[in-house]
Amino acid sequence: MSNYHLNYLEELEAESIYIFREVAAQFERPALLFSGGKDSITLVHLAKKAFAPGKIPFPLVHIDTGHNFPEALTFRDWLANEVNATLTVRKVEDTIKQRSLTEPKGKFPSRNWLQTYTLLDTIEEFKFDCCIGGARRDEEKARAKERIFSVRDEFGQWNPKLQRPELWNIYNGRIHKGENVRVFPISNWTELDIWNYIRKENIGLPSIYFSHEREVIEHEGQLVAMSEYVQPSADDIITTKKVRYRTVGDMTCTAAVESTASTLDEVINEIISTKISERGETRIDDRVTEAAMEDRKKNGYF
Amino acid sequence: MDLLRFITAGSVDDGKSTLIGRLLYDSKNILIDQLEALEKSTKNRTDGSVDLALLTDGLRAEREQGITIDVAYRYFTTPKRKFIIADAPGHVQYTRNMITGASNANLIIILVDARQGVVEQTRRHSIIASLLKIPHVVVAINKMDLVEYLEDVYNNIVIDYANVAKQLGLKDVIYIPISALNGDNIVDKSTAIDWYMGKPLLELLEEVEIDNDINLTDARFQVQLVIRPQTDDLHDYRGYAGKVISGIYKKGDKVTVLPAGIETTISKLEVGGEEVEEVFAPQSVVIQLADDIDISRGDAITKVDNQPQVNNELEVLLCWLDDKPLVPGNKYYLQHNSRLVRAVVKQIDYKLDVNSLDQQPVEGNVKLNEVVKATIKTAAPLVFDNYEKISANGSGILVDETSNSTVAAVLFK
Repeated sequence: MSNYHLNYLEELEAESIYIFREVAAQFERPALLFSGGKDSITLVHLAKKAFAPGKIPFPLVHIDTGHNFPEALTFRDWLANEVNATLTVRKVEDTIKQRSLTEPKGKFPSRNWLQTYTLLDTIEEFKFDCCIGGARRDEEKARAKERIFSVRDEFGQWNPKLQRPELWNIYNGRIHKGENVRVFPISNWTELDIWNYIRKENIGLPSIYFSHEREVIEHEGQLVAMSEYVQPSADDIITTKKVRYRTVGDMTCTAAVESTASTLDEVINEIISTKISERGETRIDDRVTEAAMEDRKKNGYF
Repeated sequence: MDLLRFITAGSVDDGKSTLIGRLLYDSKNILIDQLEALEKSTKNRTDGSVDLALLTDGLRAEREQGITIDVAYRYFTTPKRKFIIADAPGHVQYTRNMITGASNANLIIILVDARQGVVEQTRRHSIIASLLKIPHVVVAINKMDLVEYLEDVYNNIVIDYANVAKQLGLKDVIYIPISALNGDNIVDKSTAIDWYMGKPLLELLEEVEIDNDINLTDARFQVQLVIRPQTDDLHDYRGYAGKVISGIYKKGDKVTVLPAGIETTISKLEVGGEEVEEVFAPQSVVIQLADDIDISRGDAITKVDNQPQVNNELEVLLCWLDDKPLVPGNKYYLQHNSRLVRAVVKQIDYKLDVNSLDQQPVEGNVKLNEVVKATIKTAAPLVFDNYEKISANGSGILVDETSNSTVAAVLFK
């Protein structure tokens, strides 16, 4: 093997940086959709490398459902400041009021579907022509078919039948006025790749990714954190458990896993030995129907 | 650990989905919840077996129609390698999807049904593999269980295919008898096929040598964007960000900026903000030059003693990918990596029959899935190589000016 050889993480990194630079060059008003989770934290790290020693040439945009983990919000603010990026926050709460949307009800009232409204309003408000997201193709079967440059119509809709062929490393970001492109620089990364990269690059994460004590209730075999947004039933038993999060979304739709893993090495070992996929284990929202993600994406979701 | 990208090609009933399902399943890359979903979808089946093909099933729209719409990407890892599979559907629009999936592949698995042998589809897939210069070809002769695992059947197919490979100039071809359905020679060596002395498929995929797939001899680099922080401490910083397409660059190298043709020297190289002494393909890097030259996106930086072609008239192979036909004389954008120029398809010489490689006259417009030899004229010169020499610098796409769709894959002669 020659010295001129990249390992798989270096190759993935090189590809992602290439994609980031294409975005900066092809679009007038791109934005990075920042959720506070490990995937978007990795995106920020890659963006920093792509434009060094300059600063990241687009804002970080957070669509805040109001149901976030406080630890994730604190980390978000710290990170934006650390990389000297503009942070724009738009709240689902405000969209609900302005548009008189109906709040979801139930035990775990997820605002996940409503996020799309706020996102589309934000795109309109700032005239973003490109939104960079941290979706990965290994996450879900609707994602597996999405392009790295995914063109959305003026309603933000994804049409799987009208995708542009994506050949070699050539990305066609040309669009008509009103359309926008969703770009996914870490499409080809798996969950484990992300964790290994975080370890290799020593990337900081919110504390909830590591083992901590938390009050939880059990729901269909999943552990959901107690919070003001969750409405437990009379027969729910609230217990304190040692848990960590494998993905970080809303407090109402992300489940914790029991774990004592408190370092990156321990977390990675647990993920390697786990027998359940990331979304299957921790996303309550995807269990509704088999096509839940496909439907959301067609409506303008990330 | 490195990364191998491969594509599977087979017609509808060749067992392509079963093969991918089997690879994922037997290499323990399928997790419990995915398996549960699989068993749930299999419940309606009468024989009660798990249908591995469903593992690669995608969208609801596809399940409803029983077809696959688009290329799907699958991921799996073994202790030796990370793999990315481009799973291209095998029916209408096949050429388009296969070209999309094959354009980044190191390797192609061509599935042959042992009962059918080498058929028209096999030839078509092989021709595309040869057009796109996929470096490694694995011919998987599937459904060996249905021909009683007979060595003669296998040998006859190997002889037939060797003729196809010879005609197409496919070099690195490996043959393997398998049964994806039963798992013969997929992860473990099959006991039913004891006459086969080679390795099982997964081992082949883990061990195929891919280091030489990247050209490290001819240095090519194209500017994606210019980094100019314009801050107080980086007032004069001017870095050219881009990907090393091929070859190696070192600090101090004498280089030519093309198409302008200006010579200068590399003064500094950076990767991810860190200074380095040399860079190589396919790294994403920043190059700084000794002289102040007007350089913008799409310009090339090459070595003085190793030059690509610079021309505004190009001989190309065009694979048409759009429902709307190619109208000769129409204007398009030609995108060559990061360089975007206006282009007109001046002349169409002949059509390539993707079943026989025969050259045929073109009557009327060029339609979806057709491959033609054409001459393109561009509004500004392009800096490129022959696709066969450096594929990453010898390929482009045509974009329709009015619909913005990607309408053709372009291979430079």
